Amino acid sequence: MMWKKSMKFGIAALLITGMLAGCGKANNTTEENAGNTDTKQEESYSGTITLAGSTALQPLAEEAANQFMEKYPDVSITVQGGGSGTGVNQVAAGAVQIGNSDVPSAEKLEDKSKAGELIDHKVAGIAFALVVNKDVNVDSLTVKQIQDIFSGKITNWKDVGGKDEKINVINRPASSGTRATFEKTVMKDVKINEAIGTVQDSNGAVEQAINSTPGSISYVAMSYLIGENKDLKTLKIDGVEPTIENIKTEKYPFWSYEYMITKGEPKDAVRGFIDYVKSEEFASKVKEMGYIPMSELE
Amino acid sequence: MTSRVVDKVWTSIFYVIAAFVISLLIFFFVTVLSKGWGFWQPDFLFGKPSNTQAGGGVGPQLINSLYMLVITLLISVPLGLGAGIYLAEYAKQGRMLNFIRLCIETMASLPSIVVGLFGLLAFVTLTGWGYTLIGGALAITILNLPGLTRICENAILDVPSSIKEGSLALGATRWQTLVKVILPSALPQIMTGVILAAGRIFGEAAALIYTAGLTTPLLNFAADLSSKAHPLNVFRPAETLTVHIWKLNSEGIVPDAKIIAAKSAAILVIMVLLFNITARFASAALQRYFTGNRRRTTKKKMSNVA
Amino acid sequence: MKEKRRLNYWKNEYIGRILVTFCGLLIVITTLSIIAFICGKGIQSFTENGISLKEMLFSTEWKPSDSHPKYGAVIFIVGSMLVSIGAVLLSTPIAIALAIFMNFISPKFGSAVLKPVLELLVGIPSVVYGWLGVTLLIPLLREWFGGVGFSLLAGIIVLSIMILPTITSIASDALSGVPFSYLEASYGLGSTRWQAISRVIVPAARTGILTGIVLGLARAFGEALAVQMVIGNTVKLPSGLYSPTATLTGILTMDMSNTINGTAWNNALWTLAMILLFISFFFIVLIRMIGQRGER
Repeated sequence: MMWKKSMKFGIAALLITGMLAGCGKANNTTEENAGNTDTKQEESYSGTITLAGSTALQPLAEEAANQFMEKYPDVSITVQGGGSGTGVNQVAAGAVQIGNSDVPSAEKLEDKSKAGELIDHKVAGIAFALVVNKDVNVDSLTVKQIQDIFSGKITNWKDVGGKDEKINVINRPASSGTRATFEKTVMKDVKINEAIGTVQDSNGAVEQAINSTPGSISYVAMSYLIGENKDLKTLKIDGVEPTIENIKTEKYPFWSYEYMITKGEPKDAVRGFIDYVKSEEFASKVKEMGYIPMSELE
Repeated sequence: MTSRVVDKVWTSIFYVIAAFVISLLIFFFVTVLSKGWGFWQPDFLFGKPSNTQAGGGVGPQLINSLYMLVITLLISVPLGLGAGIYLAEYAKQGRMLNFIRLCIETMASLPSIVVGLFGLLAFVTLTGWGYTLIGGALAITILNLPGLTRICENAILDVPSSIKEGSLALGATRWQTLVKVILPSALPQIMTGVILAAGRIFGEAAALIYTAGLTTPLLNFAADLSSKAHPLNVFRPAETLTVHIWKLNSEGIVPDAKIIAAKSAAILVIMVLLFNITARFASAALQRYFTGNRRRTTKKKMSNVA
Repeated sequence: MKEKRRLNYWKNEYIGRILVTFCGLLIVITTLSIIAFICGKGIQSFTENGISLKEMLFSTEWKPSDSHPKYGAVIFIVGSMLVSIGAVLLSTPIAIALAIFMNFISPKFGSAVLKPVLELLVGIPSVVYGWLGVTLLIPLLREWFGGVGFSLLAGIIVLSIMILPTITSIASDALSGVPFSYLEASYGLGSTRWQAISRVIVPAARTGILTGIVLGLARAFGEALAVQMVIGNTVKLPSGLYSPTATLTGILTMDMSNTINGTAWNNALWTLAMILLFISFFFIVLIRMIGQRGER
């Protein structure tokens, strides 16, 4: 008898969960509607916003969400990762209000007609740097040398002014936004040779591999290099350091925008949030976290 | 070489291999625990995580992991038990049963990333829930259901048929026999299996990245139950400890990301250890309670490892 | 009175039966919908993006981001095969030895220490295995062999530890299923323990052991995170054991979330997931054939 009861309880629990599912959904929509209709004045936002996508933009978006929620306690924002592709997918499907991406949505979508509905908002700039293992005694590479290294023409550090040591190339996966930027701004027409070196999935995995592999070279986002414990050696490109100044004056090529993508024009809280990320008010935090504020790029 | 010497040599080889595997495990535990030394500090266990500064904790992640485990078990244990009973007691030998078994085996072999992406479409996008704890729980249910079904089925089949026949002979119906006789005697074995499965639920990451999400809203017990801030609301995003490790190791920009990841790994390993110890004691205690003696069937339980 | 009893009987008997049957059916429905979902998406690369099946299965060129994209999956299929087979080759002898130890050499120690140890090895999350692989194994391999360390060999070693408990437990079940009289008869004929084990017990349990091996192989095939972290993920066929390569699950975890629904690239990845599913089917059929042969 006891067992039957607990079985019944289990089934009942399932049913309740199912019902709750419906309720949860209903609640969400009403909340959002309320947010859309009730807030006519600029200075008070409410409602729920979900962001998903790029892992490179995620830390910044999370920090912005925390500050924004402090300012407008009626707004609830959650930031999810999943990769740039997931971000564009989810926002196009209407599952999230904002999709985060390292590249413009049009570059990811093949079907250009769909891209029309999506609006890209540049919210920050992000610089990338070439990094090498500490045993590499080279400080700067020319764009040509970098192209030769990643296409497999140069395989020894002595050919670019270093000591006699094999170059271990570490790439990001072909679909990565960081790699897309690297190909567009540095490699240009030269193809990365897939058959040399290894591929690591994330900034963290690249860091780990660079730190432990002698003679290794790869590229990571500057935002990732900010922390105190990161002792990666960064290289100059054509003798230019990856600083905001050099990017503004177009001396340093290896950087890109980060995008927040919305389906149609953003309204109310969503617009408020995107504006906040771009604002002067948030700019110092953006800088502190290793990104480039929009105010400095325009 | 005489056969007696050969025998001695092989016996010692077996001892060496057994010792090797045991020391390997000890080595793993020592490594994980020493790298994550200090994981027990209350500041870390219950503190809030930080995006920018060092010294953040894993409080919400720990709550999420435990709550996710409870919800998953609430869903998957009744289902697994039901399916196990069906397979052991009711299903007729033949095409249909063969087909169900094929389905269970296929389900068991699905890589967790594929289940995660299925969950993204089914539980996140299609239902309109967004990233939720319940979506994550359903995704892990898919991963664990085949194992649980097998555990329950084996446990029921292992009950001696004499007990079952005795009950039926006394005029009990099939269902009465099942509920009052067979399940109680199969319970210790089922418990062991469920607790061991709990360890695996606790450690799942790939499927949760796409379903339960990578963040947790600020939790507040005072909030309304329907609000996303209430810890017990299952319709809120919930980053678990394993996902937290994955996130910190891949894109964590907190200065002490590596240390937090190491400490989280230590907590995970300790939890796995606790689950295993609990499983042993629970099984032994239940065995004593139901059978009234201390005899333990060691051989049968091996099947739970798989 | 009789009415009521009948009603009670009906309640007790059929409601329970319907509930458990529902649970059984739910598994079938879930599995079928996942299969339909994967195949539905996997087939699109052929139907909508015009990738040829021949290219997918026989070409080693995987260049999805080129202006003339190429979608050959051979590298990943071969990579997955090599790493799984390697792991099984490394793991099986140890697993059988452990199973023998637990059943015949020291059953007491086996059930008190070895069994919990194996259960703990199963319980360690694959993220932690991957992390241990990167922080401990890779530097060790680099010290021994030079180079980068990320390699097929690293993948094989990590996987072999992960599948060890699977093979061991099934092999142990198989060994314990061999009738005790076999051992007695063998001893009675004057054989030593090793002779009895190697010539009588293990051959008698071989179908069970084989099932364990295939199950281990299947598990190795589907493992994603840990292998992806140590194998190097270079898109090329490995030139040797100590050379990096890529696997089906690895490329799925890396690229799936960065590509967009409906693009040829994303669809091709789903086709890889479908190939993974078919290979799992193949293993399941194999296990069943072994099982049937054993019954005869």
